[in-house]
Parts: sequence; C-alpha cells; structure tokens
Amino acid sequence: MTRVRALGAALQGAGTVFLLLALTFAAIAVVNPGFFEAPSVMAFLKQAAPLVVLAAGQYFVVVSGNFDLSVGALVGAQVVIAARLIDGVESRTVPVMLVMLAFGIGVGLVNGLITTVLKVQSFITTLGMLLVLYGAIRLWTGGAPTGDLSEAFRTPGRLGITGVPLIGQIPWALLIMLAVGAGAILLMRTRFGRILIASGDNELAARLSGARVDAVRTAAFVLSGISATIAGVLIGGFAGVSAQVGEGLEFTVITAVVLGGVALGGGRGTALAAMAGALAIEALFTLFNQMALPATLRPAVQGAIIIAAVAYAARRRLRPAPQPTAAPS
Amino acid sequence: MTDAPLLAMRGIGKAFLGVPVLAGVDLTVNRGEAHALVGENGAGKSTLMKILAGVHTADAGTIELDGRAASFAHPAAAQRAGIATVFQEFNLLPELTVAENIHLGREPRRRGRIDRRAMNDATAAALADLGFPDLAPTAAVGSLSVAHQQITEIAKALSQGADLICMDEPTAALADAEVALLYRLVERLRERGVAVLYVSHRLREIFDLCERITILKDGRLVDSVATADITPDELVTRMVGRRIEAQFPPPLPGTERGEVRLRIAGGGNDYVDGIDLEVRAGEIVGLAGLQGSGRTEIAEAVFGIAPFTRGTMAVDGRPVRITRPRKAIAAGIALVTEDRKAQGLALRQSVKANARMVLDANARVHSRARLARVDGILSSLDLVARGGDQEVQFLSGGNQQKVVVAKWLAAEPGVIVLDEPTRGIDVGAKHKLYSVIRSLAAEGLAVLLIASELIEVIGLADRIAVLHDGRIAGELPGGATEQEVMAYATGRREGTHQE
Repeated sequence: MTRVRALGAALQGAGTVFLLLALTFAAIAVVNPGFFEAPSVMAFLKQAAPLVVLAAGQYFVVVSGNFDLSVGALVGAQVVIAARLIDGVESRTVPVMLVMLAFGIGVGLVNGLITTVLKVQSFITTLGMLLVLYGAIRLWTGGAPTGDLSEAFRTPGRLGITGVPLIGQIPWALLIMLAVGAGAILLMRTRFGRILIASGDNELAARLSGARVDAVRTAAFVLSGISATIAGVLIGGFAGVSAQVGEGLEFTVITAVVLGGVALGGGRGTALAAMAGALAIEALFTLFNQMALPATLRPAVQGAIIIAAVAYAARRRLRPAPQPTAAPS
Repeated sequence: MTDAPLLAMRGIGKAFLGVPVLAGVDLTVNRGEAHALVGENGAGKSTLMKILAGVHTADAGTIELDGRAASFAHPAAAQRAGIATVFQEFNLLPELTVAENIHLGREPRRRGRIDRRAMNDATAAALADLGFPDLAPTAAVGSLSVAHQQITEIAKALSQGADLICMDEPTAALADAEVALLYRLVERLRERGVAVLYVSHRLREIFDLCERITILKDGRLVDSVATADITPDELVTRMVGRRIEAQFPPPLPGTERGEVRLRIAGGGNDYVDGIDLEVRAGEIVGLAGLQGSGRTEIAEAVFGIAPFTRGTMAVDGRPVRITRPRKAIAAGIALVTEDRKAQGLALRQSVKANARMVLDANARVHSRARLARVDGILSSLDLVARGGDQEVQFLSGGNQQKVVVAKWLAAEPGVIVLDEPTRGIDVGAKHKLYSVIRSLAAEGLAVLLIASELIEVIGLADRIAVLHDGRIAGELPGGATEQEVMAYATGRREGTHQE
C-alpha cells in the first residue's frame, strides 16, 4: 500500500517529465514511424547515455543545494587527457582510466571543499573551475588536442553486445547508464541520500540534527566528478577527440535536472526523474532532427525549457499555503 | 488646550487573524513625562507601540494628540505628528556619519550642494544640548557603541520635531555603564518637555526614571498609576495577576529522582555567565526568565551551537566538551529547538525522513533497533498525519512539533532540552506534550524545560532556575508563584549572585 502511494507521490512530484517524455516519443512516432525499430532506439539510448549519467551526478549536487557548472569542461578535459596519455597504446587504457577517475574525484573534491569550507557559492566555484579546466587544457595541449584514444577505450561508448535476438546490439553505454542509474537511485535510499536531500531542504535543521552537511555536500561534488569521468569515457568513445568535446554540456545537464522536477536550491526531486529529464531532452533534440529543424535552435530551446520548468516549479510550490502559526504578538 | 494630555489613546483594540491581542486599552501620556509601559511577554506592549508608530492600525479606539483626533496609516504619518519610536533595531545607516544620519533627506544646502559645515555644526549643537558634546558629528554610525547609536537615533527624532519618543527595551543591548547615559538622556528630554514612553521589563529603571506606569496584561489595561503610589512587589503582582490554572498532568507514579545526568559548573560565554546547574534523572528543571535573559542561550550552549567558553559540563558523571551539535548528540543530549520550521524540520521531506533524521545523521546513535522503533514513537505521540510519507510542511504546528520530538526520542537521549516546546501549537497538542514530558522524566531522562509561559514552567518543573541578564538570579521549587519567579526575572531579587 505505502509502496504504491510512494510511487504515486513520486510520479505526482515529477510526473510532468514522464508525461513530456511520452509525448515527445509519441510525436517522434508520428513524424517518423520507423524510429521505433530496435536499432534506432538502441542508437538513441547510446547517444543519450552520457547525458543521463551526467544528470545522475548533477542531481546529487543540485538536491543538496548547489550547482556544478564544471562538468562540461571536466568531460572535455578527461577526453583530452585520455587521448594524450594513451596516445594509441592499447595497454595504457586501464591505467589511464584510473588516472581519469582520480582526476574526476580530485576536481569534485576541490569544488566541494571550496564551496563548503571557504563558503564560496557553488555557482561561482564551479564556474571558476570550468574556466580553469578550459584554460589549463588549452595550455597543456597548445590549443589542439594531440594523441589518440585506444580501441579498448572507445569500446564502451561505441560498441555493445552483439547478436542479441530481436534487438541486435545492446550498447555498453546503455548498460553503463542503467548501472549508474540504479546506483544513484539506491544511493538516495541510504542514510547518505536522506541526509543529502535534508541538507538541501533545510541546512540548519540538518546540522542541528548532527548531520555533517559539508561532508555530504562535498561528496555530492565528488559523485558529480565521477559521473563526468564516466560520461567522458562514453563521449570520447562515441564521438572521438576534439577541442569542443563537452562544451555547453553543463547547461544541458542542468536543464535536464530541472526538467526532471528537481528544485534548484535543493531539497526536492528524485534521481529517477532527473535522469528522465535527460532522456526527455535527448528525445526533444531527436524530434527536432526528425523534423529537420536546424541544430542551432537547441540553445534557445534549452533556455526556454529551463525558464519554463523553474517557473512551473515555483508556481507549484506557492499553491499549498503553509500552515499559519501563532499570531504575531 | 494646554490641559489636554500630549497623547490620549482610548479603547484601543487589535486582533491578528481573529486572535485579539489588545482590547479596550487606554494610554495617556503628558508633556515632559516619562511613562512606563509594562507587562509580561505577550501582554500587548509591542502591539500598542506599533499602533502608535503607525506600523499597525488599531481595529478599535481613538488616538488624540494635544486634544485633536489623529490616526496614523503609515509610520511616516506618526513621525510627522511628532511621535518617534526607537525600536531595538535602529533605523540608522551604519556607513553614514552621525550628522548625515540625523539630517538624512533634509540636508542643509548652499548653492544646491550639501552644506557639510552647517550640517555638522547643527549636529554638534544638538548633541551638546542633549548633554553629549563629545559625540563627534563626523563619526560613522557603524563605528559607535550601541548607546551612542541610540543617542543618534534620538537626536534624529528630536531634529524631526518629536514630542513623544517611544523606547522599546532601550537598555536591553546596553552595558551597565551605558545605561547611565540613557538615564541622563531621558532626564534631558523631560527637561525639554519631550515625553518618553518607556517599554521595559526592568523594574529598577522604571522606578528610577518614570513618573507613571501603565500596566498591561493579556492585552487588557490593568491600571495606570503614579510610580510613587506603588511598590515594585505590588507592580509585579499586578503584572502577573491571577490566571486560570492550566491543567498539568501530575508526575507519573514511579518517577524517581536518580543520579545527576547533566551538570554545568561555572558555564559562561558571550551571552551567559556563572551558570551552575544540575539536572537529575527523572527530574524536570525549568529555565524561566524574560526575553533576552539567556534561556535559549543556555540551551544552545549545552547543545554546542554557541558553546560555553568557560566552566565545565558533565553528562552522567563523564566530563564532556560540547563544541558542536554532533558531539552533544554523541554524548546523549537532545535539543528540541525553539523554531521548529527554521531549525527543526526539513519541511519538504516526509514525516518518516524527518523522524529518522538524527539516526541517519549520526553513526554513533544509529541502530537498526532504534530505526525499527521510530514508527512506534510517532504513534505514541498521537501524530495525526496521512501517513509516514506525507511531507511535514502540510502538518499542523502541533503535529510538526511531535515529529521534532520524535526525531530526538528516536536517538534515546539521556538529557533532553526543550526550548519553547509548545509555542504556537493547539491546546490538544500542548497537553499531549505535557504528558510526554512527564513520561520522559518517568523513564529516567533529565529534562531541561524552557518556556516563556511561566505557568508551564511552574506547572511542570520540579525546580525552576530563574535567569536575569545571563545569570541565574535564583532557584525556586516547582509550584512557586508567578510573583516569586517574576521577582527574580525582573532583577527585583537576587538569590545566588550579587549584582
């Protein structure tokens, strides 16, 4: 009974995004009935996987009351680092992936500590980190990325399990996306997850309950750094190395999280809905492709979505008036 | 015309959200008179002052100034009529100088530019006239002491032609030496024919400074008397009066006073000092005192929010140094905070998430067994909610408070501090909390209870420590009269400490 009610509540809070997802798919079906063949659906999911993974990471940060604007630059940096360090040598793949993981964790840790210990607003901290990463990578590579990714490195983003009956190929990216998604959902059901969301809802109450608010918020940035690392592997594999990898991704992923009904400022929203928001955005872009709308329209659409979603959430929050307490005396 | 009083308020009534706060209150102040307005917390003093200041509009009654009917729809209207109010929060711009603040918006000009010399000279003259020639007109207000800011505020009011200056607890933020400055200032104002309406809890100041006293109680006028015709003890009695006894459940059978669970020796910090307090297992100790006397500050020190910087603390005989709430929780201390929405609850989370928050946040107190008991605790508090998944923001105040209490009980503390646990909640929830407090004592917890409703402390506590100015002014047994408590709270009587 309570399980059903909990699901109901979850859908009620974030129902809009699932509805939007369904409507977008329906529109795609109308425009291009052939889209819902297994190969093209799999291709869609493979392409959407990095954004979903990033949305999971961003969700932790946003729900705890912060932003992480550095993820796009981090994805770019990771791809460039990978190409430079691997330089086409297969045997370096795993060690370099570990270096990337350490780098992602390090960036998250720095973001988190600057935000919580130095009390710099995360918006500024991570904007600074974005610029630092962007500049450092260009300085290091002299403007154009050098080196090459290995075949093994590109496998997760590009290939999959082949020969599956009915479906054909199941992309590794899809499996990684599902694993990350399940991990995020499960993590939010732990004590850590509950304290994280409580810290975003009412920092003072969480602190006075003994919560280590700074520690969980820093951990959220680290999770975001890890998710950017995974997304970097997927995007690098899928699209290869270029100087533009990851650009603007931070805004796409924040749009996705907001579209999923996660409140900016923290305290409300589910990881599932945040990831559904990422799928919905990818679906919208796919729809635009199908309708042969120019890709240059994307930023404008993204901007409109983020404003509309936040305005909608603000209206919803205003409606149930809080209980009046005592009369002023 | 001259025999009409400066201010005559008659039959003033005011209600907020249908709750009457003032009814049929009269207040008359003559020219050059220092007039005290007294009453307990919630008696309606602030509301009456705000009506006079044009912040609130009265629902009933009339206001006359110099015999002419007046009404203030807006604070500016009251100011124009010659009524100035000095609230505890000053209305000054800290970056500007004394002279600039006093002349703000009315700066003397010469050839279209502000004439600084004229402004500073006028200010120096005005300050000298008030008896403060050494206060520099060019000093930035933010760099001044509270007392000097107060003088600036009053000089500003006078320069705007105020005939009546209302002061809300003017000495609350002043050091002892600064109080003397205020005394001087009030004398000076009276000599100039300016009336002072003095709102204060401090009886000594009232008897030192004021000629007449208007007493309010529960939003009604008790009396208006000449200071010469009343003694401080009589005043306290009339402020407190007789009240309908609230129903407090008796201690549960089997409640036994055990070992000392919380001991504070010589506790002090920036807000309180010389705090010696012991609470035994099974004992309810009440902390009474007026607003700003240090009640909440003691709770915050015990819980590590603003820790004691002096003295020692022990829980169950073990010395502890509580520097953060986490440490307090690990030591077995719980604090039900004063403001449940700001400090107690994550409003957008569910009842259950809030009730288990302390367990979730503290590995030291978390256990499966305790987690399993959370539901039972919620239902033992008679929580009315649609279910554990309901967001606490949609609960009534009383039920929200039950969730806060539940989250602390889940951690099974040995010492529980309750700061205003019944503020703003309905009668039913209040009585439930009273019996919960009794059963906590019966279970052997040490309970420290803070309430501004004296009757609650008197009705529930086994012992009452009364605070005045950050110190324990005296200790009384449970069931003491309100008069006795008020005598200590207002500084009339000192039991354990000298002034």
